[in-house]
Amino acid sequence: MTPVYETWEAARGAEIIAEHSKMEGATLPILHALQETFGYVPEDALPMIASALNLSRAEVYGVFTFYHDFRAKKAGRHVLKLCRAEACQAAGGDALAARAEAKLGIAIGNTTADERVTLEPIYCLGLCATAPSAMLDGRLVGRLDEARIDALVSEAQR
Amino acid sequence: MSVRLFVPCDAGALAVGADEVAHALHSAALARGVEIEIVRNGSRGLYWLEPLVELATAQGRFGFGPVTADDVPSLLDAIIADKPHKLSLGLVEEIPWLKRQTRLTFARCGVVDPLSLDDYRAHGGYKGLTRALTLTPDAVIAEVTTSGLRGRGGAGFPTGIKWKTVSQTSADRKYVICNADEGDSGTFADRMLMEGDPFVLIEGMTICGLAVGATKGYIYTRSEYPHAIATMTKAIEIAKSAGLLGNKVAGSDYTFELEVRTGAGAYVCGEETALMESLEGKRGLVRAKPPLPAHHGLFGKPTVVNNLLSFAAIPFILDEGAKAYADFGMGRSRGTMPIQIAGNVKFGGLFETAFGITLGDLVDDIGGGTFTGRPVRAVQVGGPLGAYFPRALFDTPFDYEAFAAKDGLIGHGGIVVFDDTVDMSKQARFAMEFCAIESCGKCTPCRIGSTRGAETIDKIRRGERVAENIALVEDLCGTMKLGSLCALGGFTPYPVLSALKHFREDFGPQQPRLQAAE
Ligand SMILES: Cc1cc2nc3c(=O)[nH]c(=O)nc-3n(C[C@H](O)[C@H](O)[C@H](O)COP(=O)(O)O)c2cc1C
Ligand code: SF4
Ligand code: FES
Ligand code: FES
Repeated sequence: MTPVYETWEAARGAEIIAEHSKMEGATLPILHALQETFGYVPEDALPMIASALNLSRAEVYGVFTFYHDFRAKKAGRHVLKLCRAEACQAAGGDALAARAEAKLGIAIGNTTADERVTLEPIYCLGLCATAPSAMLDGRLVGRLDEARIDALVSEAQR
Repeated sequence: MSVRLFVPCDAGALAVGADEVAHALHSAALARGVEIEIVRNGSRGLYWLEPLVELATAQGRFGFGPVTADDVPSLLDAIIADKPHKLSLGLVEEIPWLKRQTRLTFARCGVVDPLSLDDYRAHGGYKGLTRALTLTPDAVIAEVTTSGLRGRGGAGFPTGIKWKTVSQTSADRKYVICNADEGDSGTFADRMLMEGDPFVLIEGMTICGLAVGATKGYIYTRSEYPHAIATMTKAIEIAKSAGLLGNKVAGSDYTFELEVRTGAGAYVCGEETALMESLEGKRGLVRAKPPLPAHHGLFGKPTVVNNLLSFAAIPFILDEGAKAYADFGMGRSRGTMPIQIAGNVKFGGLFETAFGITLGDLVDDIGGGTFTGRPVRAVQVGGPLGAYFPRALFDTPFDYEAFAAKDGLIGHGGIVVFDDTVDMSKQARFAMEFCAIESCGKCTPCRIGSTRGAETIDKIRRGERVAENIALVEDLCGTMKLGSLCALGGFTPYPVLSALKHFREDFGPQQPRLQAAE
């Protein structure tokens, strides 16, 4: 399933910000909601959040950059996250990650030139007893082996 | 005929095809004209058997696993004909791996429909709150203190004492926070409970709220746990509709609201003060202590922060009494610990048992050794900040003090098993790298030291002035231990120094390695 995102529009952004701005500590819920809607957090949204929450722009920018999850630009059509933490390492995850990198021709942390696949590290999906694990666009996959990682990569490339 | 089946909706089961199995069961049943009901339960925690399908019978629940969608037609035929099947496991409760456990916190996980309040009540749910409502807040806290419960998030601080401090601090508003950030590799107990028995957490936090005088609770969990977030959010809605959250909790005069909040991929936000900063909408920077969160916590108000497993132990303690809980365990580690066995292990999963079992029993006997069939060489206990243990220390009992005495920690109860292809200098390097990636940036030894540490281990691995560089790493670890505000910088030396101490032969020019585990 390819995730479908809306194109950024300031009015839509303002609506999302307003929906959440009454929450206690609303910054993270707003950033999450924006990214879920647009696929990334558009730069134009940051000053809007700041004025809605009565914060400085620097403060909002600082929060946005602190957390690994938030993106400044759109990811590839599919996001393949490979668990790089210890339980997955123990189960052979390093070799599988290298295999995925080779198949896609990119290092982890990058997007393929055709913008189809973004390959990212993730540190534990809580599937450590069925390791190695991965997540493709929100779908979890455990007990990875060469055949499964190849299938995931091909699926992401489609 | 009508058939009642259970197919887990736990993320660990979904990751190995539980949804496909459930769909295949529906279509196979339709094709055969049999009526089936499929309950989506949590996981029993026997992950090598997932997807574990269970059949309700008059004798109890029969298990089959691990089931793939391809197995479904023959499985359903066998069930209809009441014939044996190659995946049959017999009565689930009789599987020795499960039977050997003492499930107090996980008593219902995998058994009940996670979002059925009736099911929760039928299995003893809300009895703890009912009893708590007949006691004074002080008596509730005394019960928690007497049970000997210590925080399951890592530090092992007595839960009752923390609650007492918050209850004695007066304020117009107080908070209860459940730390469900579970960032440690090798751990998944918090996730399992949120997906498999969410009401136990709601009940535990509600009891805490009324005991300390807090009216608002937050469950802070990770974005890596989308299924847990969804189930938890629904459970809160259900509890609210049933009058178990909100104004007049369960008909009492207490008010208690609950909300789920999601982190954004920062390990350090599992540290309680960074977590509160994050909840307040800020960067997850660790705060200096004092002031303690109990005095000056979320939005400056008195706040209880406990791990999810600490809260989930509460309903049992209130229902069965402090003594029933404290009767399990050893020394100052009372009760049970939901231990998580993971990595390269044959029988991985959730094993709840009284403190005191040895590491060797957990790894070799219960875990069954590695799934690669190679010898176990090292295990990391307690997540990325936990020490690596060699076989020589496998007689260490699972107990806070016993692990500390061996320069280790039990943390959140995760054990990650490695076979003999592991390269321990690489693991030590990863510990430093992880610290560098996740550092909140406040302390120089953590932020810069970890990067230098990784570089220095690289030099050792290339064979550059090995003895000198090992001394440098050891020295750097000392600086990180002393000069870090929190355990990220302060405990990263544990995996590094334990690797150096117990596996020194791996530190030097890299030899061609054994074939890596697949
Ligand atoms: C870097 C770091 C990460 C932590 N991650 C968690 C976590 O994911 N879950 C947790 O309960 N405690 C975590 N802790 C410990 C918390 O700071 C705190 O001690 C705990 O939530 C208190 O709850 P307890 O008394 O019930 O254990 C972490 C600590 C540090 C330093
Ligand atoms: S030790 Fe590291 S993570 Fe902890 S407060 Fe210091 S810089 Fe932040
Ligand atoms: S370490 Fe990969 S899922 Fe936990
Ligand atoms: S830099 Fe933070 S304690 Fe020294």
